[in-house]
Parts: sequence; C-alpha cells; structure tokens
Amino acid sequence: MPTLRHRALLLPATLCALAALQGCSGGIQPWVKPYERDRLADPIMLWDRDAASSAFLDHVYESREGSRGGTGAAGGGCGCN
Amino acid sequence: MPQRRSLPGLVLLACSASAVAGVLPDDRADMFLSQYSGGGMHIDTADAKLQAKVTEDIGVEADYLIDKVSGASVDVLSQASVIKDERHQKSVSVTYIRDKTTYNIGFTNSAERDYISNTPHFTISQDMFGDLTTITLGFSSTRNRIGENNGTALVPNVAWVGTSQSHSYSFGLSQILTRNLIAGVTVDVITDAGYLQNPYRFVRYIDPTSGKGWSQGEQVYPDTRTSTAIEGRVKYYLPWRAAAALSYRYFTDTWGIRANTAEFDYTHPIRNVWIFEGRVRYYTQGHATFYSDLFEQANAQNFEARDKELAAYKDLTIGAKATYAFLPEGWKVFKRGTATVDVSRVDTKYSDFRNIKDYGEPQYKPGEEPFYQFDAMIYQFYVSMFF
Repeated sequence: MPTLRHRALLLPATLCALAALQGCSGGIQPWVKPYERDRLADPIMLWDRDAASSAFLDHVYESREGSRGGTGAAGGGCGCN
Repeated sequence: MPQRRSLPGLVLLACSASAVAGVLPDDRADMFLSQYSGGGMHIDTADAKLQAKVTEDIGVEADYLIDKVSGASVDVLSQASVIKDERHQKSVSVTYIRDKTTYNIGFTNSAERDYISNTPHFTISQDMFGDLTTITLGFSSTRNRIGENNGTALVPNVAWVGTSQSHSYSFGLSQILTRNLIAGVTVDVITDAGYLQNPYRFVRYIDPTSGKGWSQGEQVYPDTRTSTAIEGRVKYYLPWRAAAALSYRYFTDTWGIRANTAEFDYTHPIRNVWIFEGRVRYYTQGHATFYSDLFEQANAQNFEARDKELAAYKDLTIGAKATYAFLPEGWKVFKRGTATVDVSRVDTKYSDFRNIKDYGEPQYKPGEEPFYQFDAMIYQFYVSMFF
C-alpha cells in the first residue's frame, strides 16, 4: 500500500517520464498521417460531444452505484436519500 | 438530506476532454435541463455552462448547476421520512495550451443545506508521437462537510456530524490506431478518509422482541477507502459515416466491492443536420464485505452497513439521443447552434437488498421480503450555441 508521501511523488515522477518520452518521440513517425485523419476529425468520433450531458449521466450513475471513476463526472451531492 | 459521494476528483477527465490535441475547443454556451424520476425520487436539474477563448492559447470555463430534489428513496420510506432540498454546484477552470502541452486548473464547490464539498483540481495533457497519442494526468483534492437534518423537509435543523477528505489520481491515454479507429484507457485511484457513511440510513437486525421481527441500528462504516477503476474503450468510424463505440470498466475497492460496466454506443448522422445516438449500458456489482440486508443481532460486527449502493445488484440502461443543428449560416455573434433531446431508462434489480415496506397482512418473515427493484427515467434537453 503506497504511503501518502509516495503518492505525492508519483505525479512529478510521471511528468518527468512524460517529458523524457516526448524527447524520444522525434524518432517515431506517425503511421496515420495528419492528412489521413479526416474521419477521426468528424464530430461523431469525439469521445464526448456534450460534456454537460456526460457529466450529468456519470453523476447519476455514481450517486446510485457503488463504483466510481474511470470516466469523467462532476461531484457533490446526488439527491438520493 | 442525502447520500452523496465525495468524488469531485472525477471532474478531472471531463476537463481534459474539453481541450483535445493541443487546440482549444470552440467557444460555446450551453443551457441544460434534465429530470430524473425513479425509486421514489424526483430530481430536476438546470445547468448553464460557458466556455470561451481569452486568447489563442488560454481558455476559461464556468458552470452553474442546480439540483432540486424531492421524494425519498426506499431506504428512508421505511422510516416515513420525505425530503425536499436543493444542491448548488459552481465550477470554474482555466486552460492554457503551450505547444503540445495542455494545462487545466479549476475549482468546484457543491453546497446543500447538509453537505458542502470543495474541490481544487489540476490536469496536464501531452500530445506525442506525431499527435497520435495523448496522455493526461490529473489530481484533485476534495474536502466535504457532512450534516444531518434533524428537523423536517420544510423546517430544517442541521447538525454537522463529520468531515471527510478524498484525493483522486487519474491517468488517461488516448491513441489513434488507424484512420478509422481510436482507443483509450483511463485509470482512476481515489482515496477517502473521514466520515464516509450516510447519516440517514440504518442497518436492521433480527429482534424477536419487535413486532416486525427486526429492529434498526446505526450504520458503522470504515473511515478509510481506496478504490481503483480501469476503463478501456474503442471507437470505430464505419464506412457509411457512422461511429460505434465499446467500453469496459473494472472497479475494485478496499471495501470489497467489485463491479463491471460494459457500454455500447452507436452514432448516426443524417446530412449535417441531425445526429442520432443509441446506447446500451450494463452494470453489475458485488456487495461490500460489511454489508448485510439483515444482521443476526445488534452490533454483530465491527463495521455494518445496509446502504443499497453497497449491495449486490445489476442495472441496465437503454438510451437514445437526437441532436438537431440549426443556424448553419450563423446569426449575429453565433456561428451555429444545436438542440438535443436525450431519453434514458434504467432498470435496477437487487439480489441481496430487500424491500421492507409495510405489506399489510400477512407480514413477511424477516429476510423473506421480496428483493427491491426499480425503474428510472432520465430526460435531458439542452441547447448549445457556438460563437
């Protein structure tokens, strides 16, 4: 079980790793070229077209289910007394 | 009033989703109305949201949401208690983009008369490998103050019973795999400490001296909890200009809850005027180790709970959504607008939480009452204006 201090160090350590990865990425050529991404740029391919609606539905689920996280949601009360 | 969760840390990925691939999203204003009705509860929600670019690399977002709650769930109906309450949630955030990196910092406050929650949150996203990959890291810290209304719904008398804190650590990866396929993974670790139980709910235990054969006692929750959720998802662009998405989430926590969620979405546009969407979501959950619908005796164990959110159950959601695009040529400051209607139905069936309402004669024996189940309808309507 990681301690609070370990967790506090996790974020900066991961950021450093990200920066290192970014430094290496110059050698990797994208296999889907920018001009081949027209379909992916279509609004129907967005993970989340309407953030307010998604946050609302996630809030409904997380207020009434035992699990949480893994998606995106707003917090606070649920009105599920 | 209620049972609610200290999870504003999950605001994180919602924020990160608003700035994709190093470009700020279009300026937009949303007016959102919704209604939830099911399980004895009726909740009306109104939400106003604004996101705008200040410069090419700095954006701001503000959101104000009001929940109006009335009714009472099955847990408190057994105690003849009905609630009426409002929740106000305010959020602000700032996004800054520098080259391939997106920073977002924000704050969310949620307040009811018996529950106050404050959450600062921070995310950082990095595009890499020719913008095929986006990695997002997030952190949030939430402080909650929990009260109990000892008065009535109309004349409240709130006593503050405890505080809790939670910390959320998020990791997200979005990956372009082919011209038609995109995939993503999200990992959320959330830790809680403090007063984590619902002050309005009770356990029940066998009591031969009671006329019903059972009596109620106080819930006792652990004062810490750590949970991990891992979700994987893919989205595929179909040859006839439509999209299909599939996701799966596994959840586990130190209270012994294990849950699985699977969802399928299909999106189908018609010209550039309509977008139709259908979805099916299936959720299944095992109960917490200290949960029981009926304990053998009073104070049977160190930790005891009968919150139905900690029980074993399954739910199935079927939803449909239609979006209509209007003002394609723009109007005054607006470039375009959309109007959306979304309807969902959620069927929930419990396998170890019993409905202990008064059935009249003959009474059920304790532990032989029918399992609880309910259906809920969720209606959403919102208008989005882009400028």
